[in-house]
Amino acid sequence: MHALNRLTFGPRPGDVEAVRKIGVKKWIDLQLHPERIAENPELAQRLAPLESLRLSQADTERTYPNPQMIRAIAAGRQTMPEDPVTRAAVERMVQRFKIKKDRADDQPLEPAVTLDQLLTREQIRTLRTGTVEQKRAVIAAIPESRMDDVAIALPPGLRLQLLPAVEPALRRKLMLLTAPQQLVAFDLSEGKLYRAILSNRQLEEQMVDFWYNHFNVFLDKGADRYLVPTYEREAIRPHVLGKFRDLLEATAKSPAMLFFLDNWESVGPAPAQRRGNARRPVRGLNENYARELMELHTLGVDGGYTQNDVTDVARCFTGWTIRPPRQGGDFFYNNRVHDKGEKTVLGVKIPAGGGQDDAEKVLDILARHPSTARFISKKLAQRFVADDPPQKLIDKMARTFRDKNGDIREVMKTMLESDEFFAQAAYRAKVKTPFEMIVSAVRATGAQVDFAFPLARQIADLGEPLYRKLEPTGYSDANSEWVNSAALLARMNFALSLAQNKVPGSKLDVSHFSGDPAQVAHQVLFTDAQPETLAAIERQTKQTHGSRDAPLVGLLLGSPDFQRR
Amino acid sequence: MTTRRLFLKGSGLAMFGVGAAPMWLARAADAPSARKKVLVAVFQRGAVDGLNVVVPFGEKSYYALRPTIAIPAPKAGTESAVVNTAIDLDGFFGLHPALAPLKPIYDANKLAIVHAVGSPDPTRSHFDAQDYMESGTPGRKATSDGWLNRALPPSADVRKSPVRAVSLGPSLSRAVRGRNEAVAINNLNQFKVADADGAATFESMYASTLDKMLSGTGRETFDAVKLMQSIQAQPYTPAGGAKYPGGRLGQSLMQIARLIKADVGLEVAFTDVGGWDTHVNEVGQTPGVGQLANLLGNFGQALAAFYQDVGDRMEDVAVVTMSEFGRTAKENGNRGTDHGHANVMFVFGGAIRGGKVYGEWPGLAPEQLYENRDLALTTDFRDVLGELVAKHLGNRQLTDVFPEYRQPAFRGLIGA
Repeated sequence: MHALNRLTFGPRPGDVEAVRKIGVKKWIDLQLHPERIAENPELAQRLAPLESLRLSQADTERTYPNPQMIRAIAAGRQTMPEDPVTRAAVERMVQRFKIKKDRADDQPLEPAVTLDQLLTREQIRTLRTGTVEQKRAVIAAIPESRMDDVAIALPPGLRLQLLPAVEPALRRKLMLLTAPQQLVAFDLSEGKLYRAILSNRQLEEQMVDFWYNHFNVFLDKGADRYLVPTYEREAIRPHVLGKFRDLLEATAKSPAMLFFLDNWESVGPAPAQRRGNARRPVRGLNENYARELMELHTLGVDGGYTQNDVTDVARCFTGWTIRPPRQGGDFFYNNRVHDKGEKTVLGVKIPAGGGQDDAEKVLDILARHPSTARFISKKLAQRFVADDPPQKLIDKMARTFRDKNGDIREVMKTMLESDEFFAQAAYRAKVKTPFEMIVSAVRATGAQVDFAFPLARQIADLGEPLYRKLEPTGYSDANSEWVNSAALLARMNFALSLAQNKVPGSKLDVSHFSGDPAQVAHQVLFTDAQPETLAAIERQTKQTHGSRDAPLVGLLLGSPDFQRR
Repeated sequence: MTTRRLFLKGSGLAMFGVGAAPMWLARAADAPSARKKVLVAVFQRGAVDGLNVVVPFGEKSYYALRPTIAIPAPKAGTESAVVNTAIDLDGFFGLHPALAPLKPIYDANKLAIVHAVGSPDPTRSHFDAQDYMESGTPGRKATSDGWLNRALPPSADVRKSPVRAVSLGPSLSRAVRGRNEAVAINNLNQFKVADADGAATFESMYASTLDKMLSGTGRETFDAVKLMQSIQAQPYTPAGGAKYPGGRLGQSLMQIARLIKADVGLEVAFTDVGGWDTHVNEVGQTPGVGQLANLLGNFGQALAAFYQDVGDRMEDVAVVTMSEFGRTAKENGNRGTDHGHANVMFVFGGAIRGGKVYGEWPGLAPEQLYENRDLALTTDFRDVLGELVAKHLGNRQLTDVFPEYRQPAFRGLIGA
């Protein structure tokens, strides 16, 4: 049970028995080798429509244009996308929006035909306030020829409200016609949720969540809106149980990170700069990435580096940049702007005259540094064991990290085989993160999720907007980050609305949870509830003479018991 | 006042099903309604570039260090000059043009500015520096509570309001965490459990659980929920024609104003606004556009709207702004600035001796810079916060609020 709580996003019905059957040790070993676990076929089915998760960076940008691009196409400054579906969508947008030349590029586009010209007042009211069935009836009654106009004229709030009520194909079309770029963010959150809810390779998904957060990139920083899907798919996911050095390099070379921490425009004092357009501002060194690389990604803030190290690491990374979007936007090393002088990083001399390998050497130094072994081990233990993990455990893990050359799977193995992992002090020591709370509620109850985006909005309300932590630190894994009044209320409200089927896109069969409180508690918690929790439910039932508005399962999902793992 | 209290009594008691709590309700409903002094702290996360916020246009080196991103000195005359030049304050310093909404408050002598101020800790890590500034203990990581929580005047009164300390947003900020009750409020109107039956059950569950962390927060939450009911019942229109700009800061300040005016016992409030980490394109083609101008436009409008909305009650209110550190005196290669050291703080309120830029100016000549790159520090941020805590909130136990900082040197922001 403990292992299930820590390595998965919460048990599903039947999981406890399944683990017992094959034995905890063997089950842990399997989770450490996700490639040996057969994947849940439903997952592939859910991921299939989320096209942007599979595209290259350049294709994502072409297929899901943002308002600036649509303006640029309308004004003849940019060419049409090649993909016929997108091309048609963009053409329709270009025709159907009033492209006001005097508006700033970041202002929303305005529809040429407004909603009240297309639908009756009654129909609009139904779309706003009707039941799902009534909304579907209004949509079905709209003639095909007018559908695109309606889609474009829908105010964004109303559109968002309608999405769960319509079929996935129409849902996608509504977005493609109006806010194609937002689909990328939708796909990301939905993909993350479906994987966490459905995947049999639960530890792998936990590790993706952990490492993405460790190497955090904020989705809404300009170009990162298009770069993040590739970043997670190609820089993070393949290495989550691999070698730390590979993971570090993959993130260092990822356009998403190069853009997020500004290294793409950090240049050395090369004479090359004097050439070219004289009016272009003179560029120079930017130490943002260098600092976070040491503070957050490897050594930790007390890992023993100085301001001089920051500056020299930044100099080593000059020239690590990104190709222009039209050339695919991939990583590329630009020798012309590399600072070729001598550098000293953590006492190691990097001789003058180097090139791309200056930064490779930095990555070697950092990946092998004892501070990194300690810092990463501690962070993993904080995630999987306790906020304040035993020093003995950290030392053991750090030793494995060094002995096995930063092999993450081995470090995890050391942790998961340790006495500290199974110690009483670690049991239920962690408060679930908002993401874990919501996913575990869906898993425990077997709720059917047909549209996961509303769940992502709930997670944001609980305090953890997915892919949207602005600071490079990522979210803290400490309990105190998540336990506060606003978040607690949000958890209770989510629990009740999931149980009352008020979360759009998710359906829970309440009839499954109709036994007596202790029995339902066992169904949801996979263990006995605290007596205090059951007593509280009993008191309230007496108070209301047996009638209960709030479903039992909702009360249990919102209970103190369910907030820990 | 009478009406509100009666309402609170009635609605609160009606809501109780379970035996656990009316104790608190009695305390709030009968609490003496003395208007409390309120301290509001606004944190600019990401390290705002103080040298472009309050511009030392009288300093020659400023223009030498920032050939492409400096804000030009004030010029009398045309409107284009106004949006693209500093707004003169005292012949040496000027406000960034996007901060024009704050100028009337300065002119009314209610807005004080402190320059070359900040944390003495040399770190240039956002995380550490924010942490130190919120804990109020630079260089000490073991501090578990925040300065604003400790700033609450000790009170023996058992009838303390559950919303003495509030942080706006989905999480409880570091600065207000601590032994005094503190609540995070994301949205006043939604601060409740949607279902009354569920609310009563949850309240009883969290009150009785042996899980200490969750029971503590649970109790604070439900106490605050009850208090909020009286506020939620009335629709809110900002007073004095105040117009809050879009965005989170405006919304947060409006909710703080609402809490202040509702007299529910608020004493300290904390909110934050991010995006100030301007490594790149800090200033656009002209100073009136670009990242910093956008951010400051919103910032200035939000603070000015708050001032207007709170109106006469500003007599009891002081607002202070801060950011973890300043930015490099010299611009970097990307029309931006990197992490630096000293910065600027705003303080405004009814009792503030404003209309003045406080603090010794260390200068920006090469030998005057901190570590050859940043504005040097001449005022410790605890001098500013300490004065507000002692003279505004009336908490003279400063060694508790800022341990290890024995003698704050007050700047005279408030009369004795």
